[in-house]
Amino acid sequence: MRKKISRRDFVRIGTQSVVGGIVLYTIPALFADFTTATANSSSYDWEKHYWGFVCDNEKCIGCGRCVVACKLENKVPWEPEYNRTWVERYVITEEGETFVDSPNAGRDGFKTEQPHPNVLKSFFVPKLCNQCDNPPCVTVCPVGATYMTEDGVILIDQEHCIGCGYCLQACPYGARFFLPDKRVVDKCNWCYHRISKGILPACVEACPVKARVFGDLWDPESPVAKTLAAKRVYVLKPDLGTEPKVYYIGFEKGVH
Amino acid sequence: MAGFVFPNEGVVEWDLLIVIYPYITGLVAGAFIVSSLYHVFGLTSLRPVARFSLLTALSFLIVTPMPLVIHLGRPERGLEMFLTPNLNSAMSAFGYIWFFYLLIVLGEVWLVFRPDIVRYAMATEGTRKTIYSILALGVDDISEESLAIDKKLIKILAFIGVPAAILLHGYVGFIFGAVKANPWWSTPLMPIIFLMSATVSGIALLLVLYVITTKIRHASLDHDCLRSLSLWLAGFLAINVVLEGLEVFSMLYESEESWEIISQLITQKIGLSYFGIQFISGALLPLLVLGGVEIIKPEAQQKTYATFLAATLVLIGVFAMRWNVVIGGQLMSKSLRGFISYTPPLFGLNGLLTASVLLTLPFLILTLITYLLPPWQPDIKQETVPRRRLR
Repeated sequence: MRKKISRRDFVRIGTQSVVGGIVLYTIPALFADFTTATANSSSYDWEKHYWGFVCDNEKCIGCGRCVVACKLENKVPWEPEYNRTWVERYVITEEGETFVDSPNAGRDGFKTEQPHPNVLKSFFVPKLCNQCDNPPCVTVCPVGATYMTEDGVILIDQEHCIGCGYCLQACPYGARFFLPDKRVVDKCNWCYHRISKGILPACVEACPVKARVFGDLWDPESPVAKTLAAKRVYVLKPDLGTEPKVYYIGFEKGVH
Repeated sequence: MAGFVFPNEGVVEWDLLIVIYPYITGLVAGAFIVSSLYHVFGLTSLRPVARFSLLTALSFLIVTPMPLVIHLGRPERGLEMFLTPNLNSAMSAFGYIWFFYLLIVLGEVWLVFRPDIVRYAMATEGTRKTIYSILALGVDDISEESLAIDKKLIKILAFIGVPAAILLHGYVGFIFGAVKANPWWSTPLMPIIFLMSATVSGIALLLVLYVITTKIRHASLDHDCLRSLSLWLAGFLAINVVLEGLEVFSMLYESEESWEIISQLITQKIGLSYFGIQFISGALLPLLVLGGVEIIKPEAQQKTYATFLAATLVLIGVFAMRWNVVIGGQLMSKSLRGFISYTPPLFGLNGLLTASVLLTLPFLILTLITYLLPPWQPDIKQETVPRRRLR
């Protein structure tokens, strides 16, 4: 005695189960998303950190791996005119002349042949956003699209940036650039998506000689705090009062 | 590219459009100051151009935001500057200052031309009548008492308008002068230099337009007015050229680290537009001509030609000054070790074509407005002569 199911019932029950199935299937997913999102934001307290960076000019070998790692990690356009980080080479001759270059922003490393015969000394300087404590870029942004986080990093809200370019003019270090597709400004944020999860910035991780040191300035045990305690450091263009948080080891006159 | 520039610095981001923005703003401020010299400071010799200069200021003011908005990477977000401004930013004030100033200029134009508007509304038919009736905003009282109140209001607006004009353009100078990252821009003199050159360019523009429009109208030039314009032009020009010279002289004298690259910039990269056009043909030569006219006192027509030529040169010179500041400042790398090069493209949103359209637009607007509201003297005479007879 099997109960007969009419065609109408079949369609009705079928539709109900499909819709019900979709709903039942998505509810846990919604919750899962929600719980992971809250877990992430609650596990990171930006008031408990203050990030700092050290570049050791005496260690950098100019291999350019940091530049490549950064471009891959942050989807920075591969062309050499868009860079969140780059490497400069300084060549000082016996006559006291200084030559600086950064072919392809250091992305492909540096060729060894020297165009200058009487080289006194030569060294590399890694560059990135200084995450200034007194950031002129944040001051000038007319819509507040670029701002400083509690943990001392300058971020850009690219959904809000109007692309006026005032921050590019205001940055003394050339750290900012226009993204060609989005027509908004981009720059290094010390891999904020990584450091807020307790992972090192991509460039720091990629550096084979530990020329880039990253960590929490408030934690005396962090590599940055230890380096700053042990070494004499300087910052770029200190006279402008921007208070950079990228500290350099290996001072040389004329490195801006 | 020469020397070393930071890898991200390959492009001049503030291009031709940002050159014409302070140029247009300067013309607004200058034109308004001319009208105020008559309306506030009672300089009666400028009466023939007083009303016209007000319309000129309005026409250029309407165009002012256009190059800025077009230049934005995301023009559709331009209004954010009004809605979510960062009040620490020098730039965020632009919208507010511009709008405030627009209200003042519109108010003053309306009050100054109100008697005309009402008379036209009464005397014309059809579409013209409709237009003038709308422009009258429902106020058709042109009795003596009502006009006396208008006159007071005009004085008040012009009185507020002078500092507003100074603010509008001094502020443009501040946008550049407050960028400490750029040693060619970063000087407290910048707002004052912008202001002086604005005044100079506004007077020069009015002088040129006055001569041209008089020719077009087959009217006769008021030589007192022309002389007054050329004297004020020469005066402001002299102050301006001294200030611009002082700016660079103090850089040379202080010889900071950046001086080496700045000296290369002005002698090599922008040498022609800086010394050649901004200083020699844009300031010294016009000063010589204007001074020469005063001393030699040639016959009327030659005098007109000479002052016209001087004013035209000044207009070109001030444009070169804007170029030298805006583009010049970006040609130098912030590494202080090299230069970027820039040639404006012909086509494209940021090209020469767009720029010329934007620079032509105020003249088209001015033509339209002067067609609707003729500002010329015959109108004023008709208005004033009967009154004198009544007395």
